[in-house]
Amino acid sequence: MTDTAAQPAAVATTPPDTMAWDSGLRRLMMIYLPLGCFVLILLFPFYWMTITSFKPNAELMNYKEHNPFWISSPTLAHIKHLLFNTAYPRWLWTTMLVAIGSTTLSLIASTLAAYAIERLRFRGSPYVGLGIYLAYLVPPSILFIPLATVVVQFGLFDSPLALILVYPTFLVPFCTWLLIGYFKSIPYELEECALVDGATRLQILRRITLPLAVPGLISAGIFSFTLSWNEFIYALAFIQSGANKTVPVAILTELVTGDVYQWGALMAGSLLGSLPVAIFYSLFVDYYVSSLTGAVKE
Amino acid sequence: MSVTTLPTLALAQRQPSWLVRLFDYKPFLIVMCLAPAIGLLTVFLTYPLGLGIWLAFTDTTIGRKGVFVGFENFQYLLTDSLWWNAVFYSVVYTGIATFGKFALGFWLALLLNNHFPFKSLLRAIILMPWIVPTVLSALAFWWIYDPQFSIISYLLVDVLHWRTTNIDFLGSPWPARFSLIAANIWRGIPFVAISLLAGLQTISPSLYEAAMLDGASAWQRFRYITFPMMMPILAIVMTFSIIFTFTDFQLVYAITRGGPGNSTHLLATLAFQRGIAGGELGEGAAIAVSMIPFLVFATLFSYYGLARRKWQQGESND
Repeated sequence: MTDTAAQPAAVATTPPDTMAWDSGLRRLMMIYLPLGCFVLILLFPFYWMTITSFKPNAELMNYKEHNPFWISSPTLAHIKHLLFNTAYPRWLWTTMLVAIGSTTLSLIASTLAAYAIERLRFRGSPYVGLGIYLAYLVPPSILFIPLATVVVQFGLFDSPLALILVYPTFLVPFCTWLLIGYFKSIPYELEECALVDGATRLQILRRITLPLAVPGLISAGIFSFTLSWNEFIYALAFIQSGANKTVPVAILTELVTGDVYQWGALMAGSLLGSLPVAIFYSLFVDYYVSSLTGAVKE
Repeated sequence: MSVTTLPTLALAQRQPSWLVRLFDYKPFLIVMCLAPAIGLLTVFLTYPLGLGIWLAFTDTTIGRKGVFVGFENFQYLLTDSLWWNAVFYSVVYTGIATFGKFALGFWLALLLNNHFPFKSLLRAIILMPWIVPTVLSALAFWWIYDPQFSIISYLLVDVLHWRTTNIDFLGSPWPARFSLIAANIWRGIPFVAISLLAGLQTISPSLYEAAMLDGASAWQRFRYITFPMMMPILAIVMTFSIIFTFTDFQLVYAITRGGPGNSTHLLATLAFQRGIAGGELGEGAAIAVSMIPFLVFATLFSYYGLARRKWQQGESND
């Protein structure tokens, strides 16, 4: 692939007479060529995933007679198998439920926390903010073993509710910091006006601060949704029965069976499991970018 | 409740007023607002963190409450060659992957900082590896690394004729280790690139203009303007990246599960294997706890190591 891109560039080297040609070529070599390689490599696994999902098994295992980069006779067999012969719809439903539940919970908790830290300003509020930020630096890999015992103690083992309650541990710190940033950008005078007019603090939050922070809430919401959809280690450790698993865990533990892997079905499962976040992402790209960079800059 | 009482002052002074006043009482309101977040974090983060450290000093197994055994778990780990292997691979994995992610990510950010058509579309496409569930893209890598039907082998053997045999990506220790590192770099580039791009866009163009007037070359502009100006954001992004690469679990668990011959275990996957799959909660917790010193060291190193450079710059400039 890269070879074909390099060839026109090599041809273009021959007439370097004018400055325009030279700078155009330079631009091509220095910017477009590396960018092309980056995009190619970053997207190839998805292309490969997609193309594998629609290939019949005969083509999948025979590179000699079929060009592996293309499908000669596309088939929906893998997706059909996934939807009708496995519990895939159920897994999708569970994942959706867990993602929506934990996102809602973390949004409520972090909106209130961010409002208290940024707007109610009390002695020690920066330290509370810092504490919540530090919670973000505790990786799930350290927590999953003791959390598993906590989940068992609460009688929530093997229940999606455990995931809804546990996911906020990494969602709340992130959302709180994002929302603190948004609340900061809302002029304080607006709240003072409302206070003078006799509004209560909760009215101010509901009527003034929240409507103005809607972009921040959307960012935090879609980001939390994506993070909970993608979460793996807790879902792997806390869920035992096949029916309650989330999509990422279920594909890995339920679809990978025996020594001969059903690559078609596996890739179809990965494709379908990625699709909801990919669609979500394509609708809200700007929010993603702003929340990603916003969280880093804070 | 508080909303309904606003329009009529008379109503507010009667029955529900104590509630309204309670919710308008600042200390109470602060406690109420912080309670959900702090509560969730305490029960599901602080408490488990402490419990994890306690478990590491006990011989708890699944279904049996353990007793305090002091440093026994850690003493055992020190004699356990698998643990040393995991430590070694965790460090190698983090080191090479972080270097790769930042070198390539920085390069990509610099490329994206140019003007060209469809820039926002390209930026959106580039974030895809980071958005899609890691396990699912890891499965795609697993398929790409297939011993028999690997597309990379096909490309090298049948299309380019550079090799005569298929590459055995995951069958032997070192190729498997580097295959995993490659997958991790692939997944990490977008995050680094987009974060650093945000930092690049905050650098004032006038700095570059001034440097160009002084006759600075492209390399000098990068070395003396871009790089120092990016230090603070580099420090933060790198801290995050190191922490989450060192404690990575998903990629390794999905692609090799620690094999072949336990050569690709990271500390997190080893902890899972011993603690959850093997049921030795105490020992698993000890492995997880053994990650903490590395994390603290890496955080301090990347944060202060890079931030110190910034202070030096600041002092020499002022």
